[in-house]
Amino acid sequence: MEFEREKHSMLRTLGKHLKEFKKATILTPIFMILEVIFDMIIPLLMGKIVSNGIEKGDMDYIVKTGIVMVVLALLGLLSGILGGVFGAKASTGFARNLREAMFNNIQTFAFSNIDKYSTSGLVTRLTTDVTNVQNAFQMIIRMCVRAPFSMIIAMIMAFMINARIASIYLVAVIFLSLFLVFVMSRAMKYFSQVFKKYDDLNESVQENVSAIRVVKAYVREEYENEKFKKANNNIYKMFIKAEKVMAFTTPTMIATVNVTILLISWVGAHMIISGTGGLNTGDLVSLLAYCMNILMSLMMVAMIFVMVSMSMSSGKRIAEVLNEAPDIVNPDNPVMEVKNGDIDFEGVKFAYNKGESGGYVLDDINLHIKSGETIGIIGGTGSSKSSLVNLISRLYDVSDGSLLVGGIDVRKYDLEVLRNEVSVVLQKNVLFSGSIYDNLRWGDKDATDEECRKACQMACADEFIEALPDGYNTHIEQGGTNVSGGQRQRLCIARALLKKPKILILDDSTSAVDTATDAKIRKAFKEVIPGTTKLIIAQRINSVQEADRIIVMDEGRINGIGTHDELLKSNEIYKEVYESQTGGGGDFDEQGGAH
Amino acid sequence: MAEENVKVIKAPGGGRYRGPKVKVENAGQIFKRLMVYVGKKYKFQYALVIVCIIVNVLSNIQGTLFTKTLIDDYIMPLMGSENPDYSNLLHAIIRVAGFYLCGIIASLVQQLTMIYISQGTLRDLRQDLFTHMESLPISYFDKNIHGDIMSVYTNDIDTLRQMISQSIPQFVSSVITIVSVFASMIFLSIPLTLVTVVMLAIMLKASTKVASQSGKYFVKQQAKLGEVNGYIEEMMSGQKVIKVFNHEKESMTDFKRLNDELYENAYSANKFVNVIGPVNAQLGNLGYVVCAIVGGAFALKGFWGLTTGALISFLTFNRQINMPISQVSQQMNSVVMALAGADRIFKILDEKPETDEGYVTLVNAKEENGELVETTERTGLWAWKHTHQADKSVTYVKLTGDVVFDDVDFGYTEDKQVLFNVDLFATPGQKIAFVGSTGAGKTTITNLINRFYDIQDGKIRYDGININKIKKADLRHSLGMVLQDTHLFTASVMDNIRYGKLDATDEEVYAAARLANADGFIKRLPDGYNTVLTGDGANLSQGQRQLLAIARAAIANPPVLILDEATSSIDTRTEKIVQAGMDGLMKGRTTFVIAHRLSTVRNSDCIIVLEHGRVIERGPHDELIEKKGKYYQLYTGNAVG
Repeated sequence: MEFEREKHSMLRTLGKHLKEFKKATILTPIFMILEVIFDMIIPLLMGKIVSNGIEKGDMDYIVKTGIVMVVLALLGLLSGILGGVFGAKASTGFARNLREAMFNNIQTFAFSNIDKYSTSGLVTRLTTDVTNVQNAFQMIIRMCVRAPFSMIIAMIMAFMINARIASIYLVAVIFLSLFLVFVMSRAMKYFSQVFKKYDDLNESVQENVSAIRVVKAYVREEYENEKFKKANNNIYKMFIKAEKVMAFTTPTMIATVNVTILLISWVGAHMIISGTGGLNTGDLVSLLAYCMNILMSLMMVAMIFVMVSMSMSSGKRIAEVLNEAPDIVNPDNPVMEVKNGDIDFEGVKFAYNKGESGGYVLDDINLHIKSGETIGIIGGTGSSKSSLVNLISRLYDVSDGSLLVGGIDVRKYDLEVLRNEVSVVLQKNVLFSGSIYDNLRWGDKDATDEECRKACQMACADEFIEALPDGYNTHIEQGGTNVSGGQRQRLCIARALLKKPKILILDDSTSAVDTATDAKIRKAFKEVIPGTTKLIIAQRINSVQEADRIIVMDEGRINGIGTHDELLKSNEIYKEVYESQTGGGGDFDEQGGAH
Repeated sequence: MAEENVKVIKAPGGGRYRGPKVKVENAGQIFKRLMVYVGKKYKFQYALVIVCIIVNVLSNIQGTLFTKTLIDDYIMPLMGSENPDYSNLLHAIIRVAGFYLCGIIASLVQQLTMIYISQGTLRDLRQDLFTHMESLPISYFDKNIHGDIMSVYTNDIDTLRQMISQSIPQFVSSVITIVSVFASMIFLSIPLTLVTVVMLAIMLKASTKVASQSGKYFVKQQAKLGEVNGYIEEMMSGQKVIKVFNHEKESMTDFKRLNDELYENAYSANKFVNVIGPVNAQLGNLGYVVCAIVGGAFALKGFWGLTTGALISFLTFNRQINMPISQVSQQMNSVVMALAGADRIFKILDEKPETDEGYVTLVNAKEENGELVETTERTGLWAWKHTHQADKSVTYVKLTGDVVFDDVDFGYTEDKQVLFNVDLFATPGQKIAFVGSTGAGKTTITNLINRFYDIQDGKIRYDGININKIKKADLRHSLGMVLQDTHLFTASVMDNIRYGKLDATDEEVYAAARLANADGFIKRLPDGYNTVLTGDGANLSQGQRQLLAIARAAIANPPVLILDEATSSIDTRTEKIVQAGMDGLMKGRTTFVIAHRLSTVRNSDCIIVLEHGRVIERGPHDELIEKKGKYYQLYTGNAVG
């Protein structure tokens, strides 16, 4: 019941995206049916040629019927082609619409929606799953109608020729369908089990490939081989079991066809010879031709059934994305301007999972930051530093309390306006394939070359960029793999600066930049954009040391706020961290190849 | 990913998306090799399958021929007789039923045997692939994209299964059907056979024409699909950045353009594919009509003694031959496609495994009268058993962890050297730290000690023995490694720690976890030590994963430790906790540390400063600070920006 309803709503969700391909979707089965009709008349005429023409020696009849057959074949060809063309159009178009709808919906996702799916999960839905649905859809509109229809027509034809003999078909069809239902349901059960195990096996191979250094370092090759052998043998046995069930289908099908043919021959011969039932040799030939037709169609129906049910899970996954409503949407009558860079947290609580009470990631946050202040944030892993700053540009919504930017609750702003004024350099940052200019202009698509260069100067990225053979036109590979970690971080900072935001947030964004460069970047911030509120999350004390105020986070709460000197005196955690890093630089971070 | 290796990894053409028309070089050889592989174990079974196919086809033809005799010999003569004698007909039917039965049995035997052949071959192939992969040197994994290796296991093996269990038998069956049907047709009427051949030629011509059109668009479609998938992958992994920069509209526009292009090509490709079927079927029907008219004329005029029954049989054959002929090319294509996969599989199997010409082994030892003696018990004292090549005399050297680099040169590839004249020595129990910028060669040096890579020039000695002489397995057993990027396995926490020492007792596991300060968080996991980790320990924080890796190294209890940024992802406060464990772990062991944190480096016995693959400074902390060189700059943060 539950499953049925789910299936229905899934089909409805997907069906909505047929749109301009509705016409092709409807035309396809119509032409397929036409093709079947022409296909079916032809064996009838073939029988007639034999019985009325060849046996009676009527050449005229042969030629006349032949011409009719040629015309019918041409008509069949035409409808077959049209059915194929419309089928291709409908299925590929449907796939296009699904991809586009999913992609566009994902663009509306809030961070919380994105967190729900993994990147690879979304990619699979957009690629493999769509292909599966496309193939199944094409199968449905072309074959789902054609195969049963062709079976029914053939059956009707057979009954028209001779009801007594045709009833043999009926018995055969019923027998074969029962058999197929039995086999398919068993095989599907086994196969779904074995495919799951198969996935597990491939996962363990994947693990071995990525952890090959660990395997080799511990000399565990033999151990892994043994482990793999066991799993591999297990899968072998399961596959054999599943396929054995399937192995009986073809022989059973052949046996059914053969028995049917023999029965018809025997009964047919009696009827022809005794002259009862008005059967002639031509009719017999036609009947034998339909035999194959009917039972093949039945096999086809079974195959379609398996294919469609296999693509069901793909359809379900797609519908999930399509039905996902963004957690954060633009308010009605949004505020279109951010006055200044003031930030106020008023009793803010936050949890990633709204349903679960008690488990707040951030609790009891009260914080007032003035426009133009530089704030350092420090704390251990899992102390919710990132969660704190992610609320400011409304990447997530607070669970309780309120958060004001420029004196107005962030939930009242137009999202685009807010995010343009609050620029975040994420901890896990990415660059996109394209030139350095292209990447920088994500911050401001109308930025001049001059502006781009200035931003890079501030982020201390200009030197290494200019040292590249193509300078600012250097192509960045997908994910920014052709620049070092420190270079990537500096480019990401420059990109964020181009927004000319009122609030700039750096979430551990200089961790791979050496200390000296880090200091230079901070100095540039102070001199060039003094009016911008700056929030800097860092692991290193000296990245935050000179900030106007430093916030010490611990387990989702503010443990202390103050200047470096104040905290050194009053805050235990800060002192501890400081001591563990004493000695000026305290860090041997990569120089990032800047020189 | 170890820092230096990133640059080595290069995409070999990224051949993930493949068109339907694949050109495989040496297709014949690959096919032969594959058949030899299958034949190694399943020669008789495959022969049996072929026999079954032949029996099956023949019994089908017998059935068709029966239609002729049914009408000619049994129905026609009895027509109009008052008391027809059906006994002949009954005999004939029983005879045909016998043929059919043979066919059915043959088909069943074929199906069942095929399962064992295909699944068995796949199991062997998977096992061979995996075993061989485990034996490959690290450089292989640097050079090949992991996704490409995986795709061999998932896609290529799968297409191979289809080829072995379906395409080849179907192909054989089609060919046999075509040959025998042709033979029967020739037997029935030569002129009509000629007519059929002409019609078939026209049909083939037309369908190849359509197929080549579709092939053209398929190649384009695959290219576009690759583009769209690439774009999707990039955008999905950068989705959060898109949000932060309000870049949604731009990405939607770009995607729409790519997606529309894909649609255009996919539509064209599918259109032509869909058309091939009806074209073949209807041209087949036309061929039938022509044969019927020509044959009818012959039968009427009595040319070449063509009887009505023969004509009817002939027409049945005419219908039967269409299907296999239009399928043969399709089956050929899928065989070729699978051969491309087989080629990739064989390429991996042909990769040269890690060589190991070492003969010095690691043995348990005990001291008797001041001399080392080999023993089978676990004494905790280890010795290198050195069987000298020249005179077969055996000497034992105590395993202490003394490591010396003597003028070592190294490059990942022949043309690019990354280490130059590296000299270094570590006496047992010393802590050596490596410091330097990205690409300076820190990780590379540690990867040479355990022979992940072999050096080009110079010597590395371990307890005075050239490491090339030591058996790799034993060498690696004596070294503990905690790598920069932690990898855990799908198994319980217990098993993951035990990976360092397979026969460790539970107590030993707890002790190792305590040593690494991992005990606390493990106990708080839902099932404690029995919590199953999945997806590379995805449910743990980066710091927790590193603690487990440290525990794993601790349990192995090696005399030499290599810590490559082992604490990089742990925040400074947690690190203090870990540090205590680490110090316990390092006590009495020769330790090589790569770290960027001062606290980890400062108390080292010797700090090696690397730049561009050369050692530029070395010495203890205080000495280097006094020197006011590169170390001083890095240390004080006064490096020239």
